[in-house]
Amino acid sequence: MTTIYAARKVITMNPARPVATHVAVRDGRIVGAGPLEELARWGAHTLDTRFADKVLMPGLVEGHAHTMEGVFWRYVYCGYFDRTDPDGRRWEGAKSVEAVLDRLREAEAALSDFEARPDGPKDGGAEGKAPLTGFQLDPIYFDNRKVSRADLDAVSTERPIGVVHASCHIMNVNSRALELAGLLRPGINHPGVPLGEDGLPTGELKGPDVMTPVSVHIGFDRDMLACDERGLRDFGKLCVRAGVTTVTDLAARLTDDVVAMMLDVTAENDFPARVVPLRFFQGLTPEALIENAVVLRKRSSDRLRLGMVKVVADGSIQGFSARMRFPGYFNGAPNGLWYIPPEQLRETYERALAADVHVHTHTNGDEATQLAIELLEGALRKHPSPDHRFTLQHCQLADAAQFRRMAALGIGVNLFANHHFYWGDEHYALTVGPERAERMNACRTALDNGLTMGIHSDAPITPLAPLFTAWCAVNRLTASGRTLGEHEKITVAEALEAITLGAARTLKLDGEIGSIEAGKRADFAVLEDDPTEIGAETLRDVRVWGTVQGGRIFDAAAL
Amino acid sequence: MNHLLRHADGLRLAVLVNEFGALPIDADLIEAQDETVIAIAGGCVCCSYGNDLTLALMDMARADPAPDHVILEASGVALPGAIAASVSLLQGYALDGIVTLCDAETVRERAADPYMGDTVARQISDADLLVLNKTDLVSTDERAAVEDWLRAGGEGAEIVTAVHGAVPPEALMRSVVGRRRAPAVAHDMPLHTLSIAMDRPVDAQALARALADPAAGLVRAKGFVTGADGEACILQIVGRRWEVTPAPAPAATDAPRAVVLIGVATRMDEAALRRRIDGCAA
Repeated sequence: MTTIYAARKVITMNPARPVATHVAVRDGRIVGAGPLEELARWGAHTLDTRFADKVLMPGLVEGHAHTMEGVFWRYVYCGYFDRTDPDGRRWEGAKSVEAVLDRLREAEAALSDFEARPDGPKDGGAEGKAPLTGFQLDPIYFDNRKVSRADLDAVSTERPIGVVHASCHIMNVNSRALELAGLLRPGINHPGVPLGEDGLPTGELKGPDVMTPVSVHIGFDRDMLACDERGLRDFGKLCVRAGVTTVTDLAARLTDDVVAMMLDVTAENDFPARVVPLRFFQGLTPEALIENAVVLRKRSSDRLRLGMVKVVADGSIQGFSARMRFPGYFNGAPNGLWYIPPEQLRETYERALAADVHVHTHTNGDEATQLAIELLEGALRKHPSPDHRFTLQHCQLADAAQFRRMAALGIGVNLFANHHFYWGDEHYALTVGPERAERMNACRTALDNGLTMGIHSDAPITPLAPLFTAWCAVNRLTASGRTLGEHEKITVAEALEAITLGAARTLKLDGEIGSIEAGKRADFAVLEDDPTEIGAETLRDVRVWGTVQGGRIFDAAAL
Repeated sequence: MNHLLRHADGLRLAVLVNEFGALPIDADLIEAQDETVIAIAGGCVCCSYGNDLTLALMDMARADPAPDHVILEASGVALPGAIAASVSLLQGYALDGIVTLCDAETVRERAADPYMGDTVARQISDADLLVLNKTDLVSTDERAAVEDWLRAGGEGAEIVTAVHGAVPPEALMRSVVGRRRAPAVAHDMPLHTLSIAMDRPVDAQALARALADPAAGLVRAKGFVTGADGEACILQIVGRRWEVTPAPAPAATDAPRAVVLIGVATRMDEAALRRRIDGCAA
């Protein structure tokens, strides 16, 4: 049975008929988009007018996110900006350290005394009071006023407390948490553990190596990137609220039990998104990694697309762990870290191309990007692979020459447009300096060179909201209001393509999703406002009603 | 690693590697194997730590029986100094030392690599002990040249040469020092062990510093001495890294006071070492 939806406007992203009034759907797929009389010729149908005052566009595609955000919302939101949780509650940003502490205090009062959280640590938490966990702290916005152990002790000295920063690479903990980890002692000598005047750790823990011994005592799972059933369902709700119908999980471990869980949850009738988890490279030889990807590929379902691989070449720019070419970091920090030996990356590319496995590579610094380009060029000579679509994720500092070379090699890119808004001022002042800060996430250059291009949020690092991401790429404004890189702005139309077809192309799903045209999946973002009319400056204010995913309707207000 | 496992001499060694496959354990050593653990003859194990080294170490600390030594094989891009610092944060562990294994044939080439050069330089300068391996594959001149080059890049670390990675276990692990061992095996660079009785109290910190001084030319040293305050303490030295800790109670009364010094025979000057030690009398 065909349903024809009438809409205020259908933005199709199909250049042959860019707008339409109606879209016809059957069996979860699009029969066609066009005028009613034309679609009616497909035969018996129901005319559904519930979207008559809404704007439909292709379901948005988030090409770089982590489903663990669904788990994070069980913790206390400590971010500076307003943000909506899976249940639709809008959390106001905490604008000062005091506001963060007040919020923690309020949550602390609501926690019962000796009840260990079911998702809490297996040891430590059960010995005493359950931990209190916060996320998304960003002291950059508090003039870099550090949160101290004493600050968190004022919330509780009995309960272990930890608050992870927005970057996910730093956390602040209280004395009890340090004590449980055996770190409340003098004589610690570690660059990631700053000491106070008393010779004891201040409670700031920088880097995963330092966070892990403590994080298991403050309620974080052993694997911070992991998601569970409830977390995945909650993540699905966030997708609906953002108009997203296809989302990646960009660093998934994908053990057998995780795959089984994800297959089950995504198959539930009310699970609203198509999830594309990329198998994370760590802990496997290239040979085992690619073999694993080939096996996983065969387990794919419509709503769980397996078989892609994620590799990480370097660290982050704001963490000074990205690999930079000359002239390096603006503040003189030493060059960053490789996360994979170049030889291992080369072998991974070669084996992947030979087995037709699709690889996405995290590069942040321009030296990491250069390495990835050179190694892939060599691998492609050995295994010529038309349309391999290997994609560089973040690729934030690439220059024009690198984009030209990527275009020549068929490498795609998924740029971190949101970074400008959240950390652009930091990049300008501290990490890379004004000139390179202006070229970061060079969407204009990428498109001018004909690259396949997506733009992303890296949720939970920044919020899952592709229309906001599009606004970032169009306006290139920082949180302080600076326009960073006028010449790298793209148009609204280009940005809307980047969050639909562009991202779909990086996943080789553009034949199925990314536009509203005959034969594709019936995946729509249902909007209250028209993103093509609202104006570039206010693109981020477009209101999302919900989504249609595979023909199923999801009203955000009714989740 | 296979050589170490073969000559563990009753010690329970736990070898942590990033992923299996990168480190082939000799088949005849393997007793049992699953996805993350290889059980090895003599109570040793080899585990892959996969994506989280810290978690693997925390799990290992709870193993029963606990291993005597954990040997952590870092990845080729790791900065060993950073890993060592992280290990020092974990309950149940004391850092023994950082050993950087250098391929005599390729290390200089790798250090000149535009992408990896700075990482290789840091791996060398972080080392407490440099092992120059595959010396059978280079000429005598090349070997001397690469040794000089390494000495310049290492910050005072001693160099032990090896063929097929066969390094005397006493160079690599403090527990082996002074232990009665199975018959010695031939090594490319045999090490000399010197034991000196320490009947009088010493300034233990000063002694540890004196033995860790690169000019002392020691690969490793271990001491059980009476400090200036009359309390027994243990000294551990590997290259320029040293530590002094109070001796556990039972040992404090019985055992004879002595230092055991290990070094390359040609670089050990017994008279000079005795002068160093005498200079630290309390």
